Amino acid sequence: MTTTEKIAQQVRKDIIWSIYHAKSGHPGGSLSCSDILTVLFHRVMSPNKSNKNRLSDDYFILSKGHATPALYAVAASKGLIRRADLKTLRAINSPLQGHPDVQHTPWVDVSTGSLGQGFSVAVGIAKGLQLKNSLKRVFTLLGDGELQEGQLWEGAMFAGHHKLSQLTAIVDYNKLQSDATNKQICNLEPLADKWRTFGWNVLAVDGHDHQQLLTTLMADTASTQPKVIIAHTVKGKGVDYMENMPLWHGSVTLSEQQYIDAMTSLGCSLAELEEYQNV
Amino acid sequence: MSKAPTLVGQQSDSLREAFGKVISECANSDPKVLVLDADVAGGTGAHHFRRQHEKRFIQCGIAEQNMIGVAAGLATVGFKPFVTTFATFMLRGLEQIRLSIAYSQKNVKLIASHPGLDVGPDGASAQCIEDIACMRALPGMTVLSPCDAWEVQAATKTLLNYPGPAYMRTGRSPCPNVFTQEPDFNIGKGRLLQDGNTVTLISCGVMTHRALAASKELAAQGVSVRVIHMPTIKPIDSVLIIQAANETSAIISCEDHNVIGGLGSAVAEVLAESPSVPLFRMGLNETIGRSGEPDELATFYGLDKESIKSKVFQVIEKVGK
Repeated sequence: MTTTEKIAQQVRKDIIWSIYHAKSGHPGGSLSCSDILTVLFHRVMSPNKSNKNRLSDDYFILSKGHATPALYAVAASKGLIRRADLKTLRAINSPLQGHPDVQHTPWVDVSTGSLGQGFSVAVGIAKGLQLKNSLKRVFTLLGDGELQEGQLWEGAMFAGHHKLSQLTAIVDYNKLQSDATNKQICNLEPLADKWRTFGWNVLAVDGHDHQQLLTTLMADTASTQPKVIIAHTVKGKGVDYMENMPLWHGSVTLSEQQYIDAMTSLGCSLAELEEYQNV
Repeated sequence: MSKAPTLVGQQSDSLREAFGKVISECANSDPKVLVLDADVAGGTGAHHFRRQHEKRFIQCGIAEQNMIGVAAGLATVGFKPFVTTFATFMLRGLEQIRLSIAYSQKNVKLIASHPGLDVGPDGASAQCIEDIACMRALPGMTVLSPCDAWEVQAATKTLLNYPGPAYMRTGRSPCPNVFTQEPDFNIGKGRLLQDGNTVTLISCGVMTHRALAASKELAAQGVSVRVIHMPTIKPIDSVLIIQAANETSAIISCEDHNVIGGLGSAVAEVLAESPSVPLFRMGLNETIGRSGEPDELATFYGLDKESIKSKVFQVIEKVGK
């Protein structure tokens, strides 16, 4: 395993651990984006040189806000928050809200949790950077079900029209949404064509292949278009009984046995499980 | 070749035009000011800004939900975005206003033209009578409804240096001036425009000049009515309301809005928690508007000067002086 692969596996364990303690949360879509977020924050985005209270000098918006356990786990892996705090996810006095929340975690740039909204904010940040002639970049992670929101395509049209080349959207394309597959609920295909006709530069990757993710996220397309990376992923990635099952979209309570099974599936040894217990 | 058509409506003295002019002027000395539009700049006053500050005018197309999110993003990187559209279309992005702006505490100003019956002939679909209620319910949202061009000018300058989210109603139709020069503007402060000792009229927006005109005619008939103009509906000036409750026998609220959730409700909330007097609410009474000229509509729906005078007499008869 490479360094980022190891971190991503840790992120997945932390996701399960935090959702288990929270007794609610969205494991499926958090696990599917763990590799994407790990590569993004550990290899692609600028370090937080100008503000140590942020994850990066670049901007990131988690538009699929329900995957916030993944964002918190990555923030812990970057040392921005204490790993022990992950255990307080969704608790009454915890800063770690059920969806990203500016008022509790000022290091997120906008509160999300209503699909489609974070994307427009990312588009606005990109427009602002363009106006300022800033070289900073903005990344946003979208769910696939989220692409059914009309606002998303309003924003896509705007970004294409305004040639917001500093904007990269990543679609966590795990093919499942809350109730069933995208195909059963409201088909998204041909997805790449849709983005292309809205004026975007479209790339596709295996969203669990770190090398591919790195190459694609770093790719200087020398284009005036915004970039979208369609990342093919597996919902529930790494936890055998959750993979490709809409049931684990959330919000779910994990029993102790389900927690142990999930952690074991992620390669957690007994000793490691004990360590988690003692945090 | 035929000449280009003339746009309907005299725009010269309207609150929307006043806003467009003052924001353009303010932007000369504040490079952070941006104006966002959803293809209605000709109707919101934003055309003045577009002409003078082309590069800082962000055309978002007819897509209000995205426009509101874009504004939140622009505020995130330090700009002062002013979102402009019709009040009705602002509501199209209500949920975006809720989460991306209010909950996220973004420095975004929402400037809504075309409120209430003041819209006139476009009819009910364009006459927004629910905006104050919706915006007032959002935590952290300041809500303004100035009464004339001078006050719009003052309020806009205040908003420029106010750091949080705010919603301001302007107006479509030419509107008589209440002030003779630019007044001071303090968010949260009402204005005693006319002292009086029988009942108190509390009004906002275009209803203020009507309330004031009614009070002058009543004074000539020997009836002394107090007039409070309430340009900030949230946070409401409870001190001025309680004082009116202590010193006059009843309060009549006047607004170009549904009687549920607007100025009348805000006044009622204050009175419900203090030593109180009867409150009578004038506004759209759970009905929607229709086409017609603004003054005709005001008469039709009982919101013109004469209706206010009649209401004052009715109230005095009911509660005494």
